[in-house]
Amino acid sequence: MVKLTLTGNYCVAHAVKLSRVKVVSAYPITPQTTIVEKISEMVDSGDADIKMIRVESEHSALSAVYGAATAGARAFTATSSHGLLYMHEMVWWAAQARVPLVMAVVTRTIGPPWNIWTDHHDIMGQRDTGWLIAMAETNQEVLDETIKLFKITEDPRVFLPGIIGLDAFILSHTVEPVEVPEQEAVDSFLPERRQPYTIRFGDPLVMGNIPSDLLVNARMRWEVHKALESSAHVIDEVDREWGKITGRYYGGLVECYRCDDADFLFIGVGAWVGDMRLAVDKLRDVGYRFGALKVRYIRPFPGARILELVKGRKGVVVLDRSISAGSAGPIFLDLAAYLQGKRVTVPIKDVVAGLAGFEVNYEDFVKIGEKFAGEVLEVGWVKDYLEFYPSR
Amino acid sequence: MLPLSRPKIGVQGATGSWRFRKPEIDQGRCIGCGICWLYCPDSVIDVEDVSGKFRVRIDYTYCKGCGICASVCPVKAIKMVSEV
Repeated sequence: MVKLTLTGNYCVAHAVKLSRVKVVSAYPITPQTTIVEKISEMVDSGDADIKMIRVESEHSALSAVYGAATAGARAFTATSSHGLLYMHEMVWWAAQARVPLVMAVVTRTIGPPWNIWTDHHDIMGQRDTGWLIAMAETNQEVLDETIKLFKITEDPRVFLPGIIGLDAFILSHTVEPVEVPEQEAVDSFLPERRQPYTIRFGDPLVMGNIPSDLLVNARMRWEVHKALESSAHVIDEVDREWGKITGRYYGGLVECYRCDDADFLFIGVGAWVGDMRLAVDKLRDVGYRFGALKVRYIRPFPGARILELVKGRKGVVVLDRSISAGSAGPIFLDLAAYLQGKRVTVPIKDVVAGLAGFEVNYEDFVKIGEKFAGEVLEVGWVKDYLEFYPSR
Repeated sequence: MLPLSRPKIGVQGATGSWRFRKPEIDQGRCIGCGICWLYCPDSVIDVEDVSGKFRVRIDYTYCKGCGICASVCPVKAIKMVSEV
């Protein structure tokens, strides 16, 4: 094990190399570009044995790695924002074809106006496609989760592609000290690649032909959903195994900070959970017992795990860094639906903040927390279940 | 369940019955370039090597009569003939 100071993007590159990925294809887009730049450097210097395929678009990038993956290679791509939207058709295709592969999405605002800062509209736009979607809080988590995703996606109980999400610049271009595992440790952790089928020369196989039975087609869709459900267990299992090797077990689908005796919880995904932790400490100093619940996987949505943690609390604030325009924030929607289905009633407020990369830090979370706690204690419920922050 | 299938001749039945125009090859004009073979959307055209000369053959059991072969033939060796 060596300790290096790495940006989030370089953590992805190191993880790809350590996972012995065979094929990488990507199209440059800020803030993703330095991932594949670093991988190219590794290939150029002979540190990594990877075939890089140059393409003219993100649609082709995912098509190329999808093709490589169906032929049996461990494959990887990375993109952001408009690039991700451009490849959206193939995002669906890869999942419904049940082909394991891994993609890094450096979350970035969608234009117009042209904007390179983080919000979660790009990654949230992929949540119906059948991919596993993880979001990291730290650069260490980026590195760890990328390696784990190869194992999780190639597990026969899953056989679906997976996204590692990291916030633009906050993680992607900011250095942190990171423990980089030895190659031997990763080799013993990652088994030989497994996949549901492999396309080979001399053995013609058609993937995706017109179905002769629509019920079979319908069942395939439902099975993608069931595979995502069963991936929840695999994610926890793999996380525990990684924890034994490295000492870093993240809690599977969710991680909690000072939740045990908390009256109120923040719920969020990505880098700003770090600010939530700080806000929890500050709020406790002034008498509000808060905790922070980090959702590590957006898909599969960890409804059951969150339910256990929010049940009986005085109130929950969901911080969504994107909005499903015309409805509400996606984390809130998933959570509210799950709790309703399980007949659990908790005051929940959805605060939509940090859109377009608008700076939100722990002081903002303190304000949001104080206002929310006051409101719940005053009226016994939330006044408005959906709010934009800042309200000015 | 996976969206996979094996390629097999005639999975949709004898699609030649859909046809109302039939492509006919003038073997005298044909230069054996293989463009019709490349373009045929149903892979019903074969280019065979008959003692050093290419020979085009169409499988009429499955040819739907779309006419693409006649349209792309550079020497106009394929003619669409009405069957109705």
